[in-house]
Amino acid sequence: MKWFEFGPIAWARDFLNTHPKAEKFLDVIGLPAEAVVKKTIFGCQSCGQCLLHENGMTCPMRCPKNSRNGPCGGVRANGHCEVYPERWCVWYRAYYRSQTMPLLPGEWRKDMFRVHPAVNWELINTSSLLNELTGRAHGVSPQKPDEKKLAAEKKPAAGDAAKK
Amino acid sequence: METIEPRSNLHKLFQAGVFVVTSEVGPPKSGDAAVIHKKAKLLKDASDAANITDNQTAIVRMSSIAAASMTVQDGFEPVIQVTCRDRNRIAIQSDLLGAYALGVRNVLCLTGDHMRWGNHPQARKVYDLDSINLISIVRGMDAGKFQNGEEIKPAPKFFVGGVENPFAPPYEFRPFRLKKKAEAGAQFIQTQMIFNVDRFKEFMKQVVDLGLHEKMYILAGVGPLKSPGMARYMRDSVAGMEVSPEWVTRMEKTPKEKWKDEGINVCVEIIQRMREIPGIAGVHIMSIEWEEAVPTIVERAGLLPRPKADQLSAPQPAPAGAVAG
Ligand code: SF4
Repeated sequence: MKWFEFGPIAWARDFLNTHPKAEKFLDVIGLPAEAVVKKTIFGCQSCGQCLLHENGMTCPMRCPKNSRNGPCGGVRANGHCEVYPERWCVWYRAYYRSQTMPLLPGEWRKDMFRVHPAVNWELINTSSLLNELTGRAHGVSPQKPDEKKLAAEKKPAAGDAAKK
Repeated sequence: METIEPRSNLHKLFQAGVFVVTSEVGPPKSGDAAVIHKKAKLLKDASDAANITDNQTAIVRMSSIAAASMTVQDGFEPVIQVTCRDRNRIAIQSDLLGAYALGVRNVLCLTGDHMRWGNHPQARKVYDLDSINLISIVRGMDAGKFQNGEEIKPAPKFFVGGVENPFAPPYEFRPFRLKKKAEAGAQFIQTQMIFNVDRFKEFMKQVVDLGLHEKMYILAGVGPLKSPGMARYMRDSVAGMEVSPEWVTRMEKTPKEKWKDEGINVCVEIIQRMREIPGIAGVHIMSIEWEEAVPTIVERAGLLPRPKADQLSAPQPAPAGAVAG
């Protein structure tokens, strides 16, 4: 996530992380816009932690088993899904698409082979672009402006109380 | 291979380099304990451990953990299957703690068959995790952490496995998916039933090239055929299965009275071929509702008697306070 360290982006990130209302506002605008585009083109399921670019622009959440780490053992010989024989297995397509996508940074092709963490269902129906910017998709939680200070002040007091 | 203190008797056998045989116990579609005890008795001397299936093919059966605790009483080591179909991460972790308390030490992590082809297609799916996430969660619990990072004391030490199907496309990706499982922390792997030895050899070659056989113990899945009809059905209608024409014609040529006998011979022959493949640590015999065949298969394959884990000298003496077995 190197690009997050650039000046204005890092500033925006910090700002959003400390201003929940601004984040909420952007989410309200951003989500429908993102959903409309991604839903019509890629069948997006609004998981809030987008993997499209890592899977050859195929949404893994459309897999009936919600697999984020590759095809299950039931893919049919013709590449169709075991559950819905009339549909393609999304992972069958994702694999071949990701390996043949032109003009991509090499990194994205390799992502097919990386272990993806479990879905964070807290982020469902939020804007994944925004989550990417704020780092929510990677486990960064929002902070109130003075939370650190408050925590530092509170801790010793709580510890003392517990000892007594 | 990691040299860690063995998590279970099955793990001990693997570490001692024994060619392991595992089998499968399907819990009944009722609350009848006698069925489990009967199957456990049948398989106990013919195999080292048995998978206890978790509502396989999405058909309601007795809970795998309950059935496993019964085989523990019988002195037969269970491998519980845990699927992601019916439980979210809270329920799975809680069930695993319970299973550990009941003496279960082996866990097999699966994504699980979809309910659309089961007997309750109206049920809501869960699929909170996938099999690879589940493997990392069980390994995390082994290291003393719940999925959210909270501490478990004492940590449940499981021997964790996964499955792989080399016979489903995209074939090139399958070894890499196995690699993902190794990265997530799987310690043993059971494969889909093998009736196409050539494709499996190809797959194993790639697996060995990736060095995965050194990270995990790989068990080849085999099973007996009951009839030519079953062979044809598996070839044509079961998603993710391949049956070479070799076996189908062989079954078709056999007269009806000898079908079962020939089916067992086919299975034994496949086991013999598996033993020649580098990187295979054992076989997993899936006898779908035909447990009586397993002792015969193991005997004809020359794998009897099964060694007992407590009579083996473990390569690494377990440190004090070990919870293995
Ligand atoms: S066949 Fe593909 S799309 Fe269907 S459940 Fe399996 S992984 Fe998902």
